[in-house]
Formats: sequence, structure tokens, C-alpha cells
Amino acid sequence: MKIGYYPGCTLKTKARNLEESALAALKVLGVEAVELPRWNCCGAVYSLADDDLIHLIAPVRDLIRARESGHDTLLTLCSMCYNTLARANDIMKNDAEKAKTINMFMDEEPDYDGSVKVVHMLDFMRDQYGWDKLKEKVKVPLNGFKVGPYYGCTLLRPKEVALDKVDRPIIFREFMETLGAEVIDYPMATQCCGSYQVLGAPDITLKISHDIIRDALAHGAEALALTCPLCDFNLGKRQDLMIGKFDGAKDMPAFYFTQLLAVALGLPVEACHFDLNRSSALGILKQKGLIKEASAA
Amino acid sequence: MSREITSKNIDDKLKQKIREISGEIVQQCMQCGTCSGSCPMIEHLDYSPRLLMALLQWGQAEKVLGSNTAWICASCHVCQARCPRGVEIPRVMEAVRLLKLRANVNHIEPSNLQPEEIIDLPQIAMVSGFRKMTS
Repeated sequence: MKIGYYPGCTLKTKARNLEESALAALKVLGVEAVELPRWNCCGAVYSLADDDLIHLIAPVRDLIRARESGHDTLLTLCSMCYNTLARANDIMKNDAEKAKTINMFMDEEPDYDGSVKVVHMLDFMRDQYGWDKLKEKVKVPLNGFKVGPYYGCTLLRPKEVALDKVDRPIIFREFMETLGAEVIDYPMATQCCGSYQVLGAPDITLKISHDIIRDALAHGAEALALTCPLCDFNLGKRQDLMIGKFDGAKDMPAFYFTQLLAVALGLPVEACHFDLNRSSALGILKQKGLIKEASAA
Repeated sequence: MSREITSKNIDDKLKQKIREISGEIVQQCMQCGTCSGSCPMIEHLDYSPRLLMALLQWGQAEKVLGSNTAWICASCHVCQARCPRGVEIPRVMEAVRLLKLRANVNHIEPSNLQPEEIIDLPQIAMVSGFRKMTS
């Protein structure tokens, strides 16, 4: 199976643990993810102004690269890239007037009609690879590991690009169950972590991110599974600021969903780049006996 | 909180400006408050999303543009997902931000950010933050 692949900026630097674990896992699953040539930043957020088309140029250019490379489907790993590319694609497919303006503006590029399907790794696994087939490939089931999947915003909203039911998603639960984990549901799994407000309102963002972790802990989660590098920053990397500031705040290991996939597929820990996670991440995997001590050292 | 609405402080053009930028018609809001009940930022806003919609309906430009609401909004879209009237509130928030940004006024100043504040930030944090809060 071959599929076009859009990495995005953060996955090449701060979130190499997301990309490298995903690519290693896809290889074992027999999926060839072909990185787009000359891809550019997607813009990270979709422009919400009706009169602003210039910010659609970047994501549409990426979609043209996918079309040119002969891909019908474009795979993303980062939730924000998924959302931005899928919504740009939706406009090119369904808004003839805007699509015409954008195509005319990008006169050095071939016209684009929204014919590439943008998918995220989670719906790719569900719809194209299949949970049953994935289950057969699991070598180290995450049995007894209580994981709280955190959806965040951009995989589910707005409904035009939602991977699942907007208010009652189960796709992440199904993914983690397929890997053998004990999945913990908690109400705040779809509530915003504060996103880019870490720049504009860092204290508020810290508070609402902590609320999410507290909720997951209260429902019995031992770790969070994430899909987005910005969620990982707010919910993972900023935990040091939470501990000491909020009553009852304690360490919560946070993983990218692809790292847990790689572990369940029995891949060596080196494939997961755990050095970019909090130290508690590797610690809990050892404690649960999901990775070999020797290999982890 | 009381506020006086008179012919002197109603900006007739506010609704139209918001509509031109966002495509949204603020009069469609029926003030049910579902947005405010869903907003993760609610306790930090000086006007709730519902109240901001009311102020827009009443042309209260000064209050709308002076409030922190659109600047604390993280565009999480939960209000839009639940709005029974189909109002795309994140678009309204974006329009309010753009009324300021398009006058070349930044909400955050990138050059004022300290290196130690941003060294560990993922690129998507900076790209999205600057997209939303600088002109």
C-alpha cells in the first residue's frame, strides 16, 4: 500500500518522536508513506475570514504537490496540519467561486479541484487499513495500561472535517483498544488545551491544560495519548510549570499515539525518540513491562 | 453589569463590517447561551460569547473592541459545533480580531517575546499565534 505523506514543520524538529515512530510503524504495517516533494508550511490555522483567500495559498500548494505526485490520498500525522489541509481542500472542492480565484492567483500552478482526499493517521487506520488487520500485527499488546486518549479540537471540529462524531467520538478509543490498552474515557478529552494561546494567554492556557490532566487522572488514566505537537507542548512539556502551582498536580506521562503504536508493534525503543518526551513516559512503559530494559538503556 | 444603550453609542455599521469579514449574521443568535456554557475559556473572559453576540447585535463597537473575549478565544470551535442556530461564532471572533489587526495594531508583539519563552515552542504554536494575533 502506497500513500502520499505530508509531514509539516514541527514533525521535522520538535516532534520527531511523532514522525519517526509513525514512519517506523507504517513500514512494519507494509504502508509506504511517500513524502511530498517541495512541501511548505500549511499555515497551522485555517483562516476564518470570508474575505481572506491569501492564507489558503500555502495549503492548496501542498495539495497541488500531492496531485502532481499522483496521490489520491494525502496522509497527515499532526492534527493541525490535518485540519488546515482538509478545510482548504473542502473549499477547493465545494466553493467554485473561491476555487476559481485561488486557481487564477496561482497561475504558475496547475488548477486544483479538491480531488485529493486528506486523511489523518487515525482515520487512515480505521477506514483504509482496518482495525482487524492492525490487531493481527500487534506483538506487544498494551494490556493493563490505562491510557486516556486526548482528541483536542482539530480532529473533530468543525464537522466538515471531523474524523468521527463531533461530540461523542470513539475513533481514538478503537485505535487504543486495537493496541490492547485499557482505554479511559474522561469528559475533557475533546476540550481545548488552549492551543496557540500559550503565546497570548500563557497562564490561562496552563490552567485549562491542567484541568484536562486532572480530569484524566481522576478517571484513572495512567498516561495520555496525543496527536498534536501543540497539545503535547501544553499538556506534556508544560507539566513542570503545573506541578507546584496547582493543588494535586502530578506527573502524567504523555505519548504520541504513534509511539504507542510502535511499542505495540514491538519496534525497538530507538524508533520512538522517547528522549523528546517527559522522562515519566519511558518510566511507565518499563514499569508496565512493555519495553525491554536492555534496549531502553 | 449595567450598560446604557442610546442612539449615541450604537454603531450601525458594526454588524455589516462583521458580516463582510466573517460571512456571519449576528442577528441569527437567539441568546440561548450554549456557546458560553461550552467555552473552555469562559471564566477568563470579560464578556462571554453570548454577551459579545448581544453587544454586536446592539452595535456596541467600543465595548466589543475593548473586550478580551476574541483575544482569549483559541478557535476551538466547540461553540460552533453546538450552536443550535448554526452561527459560526469562531468566524465572528476572527472578524473582531481583524477589525483591530487590519488597522495595523498587533495584539502580541513578536519582538517582545523573550528567547527563553519561545525556544521550546513547537513551530505550529508560533505560526498559529502570530497568524491570529499579529497584523
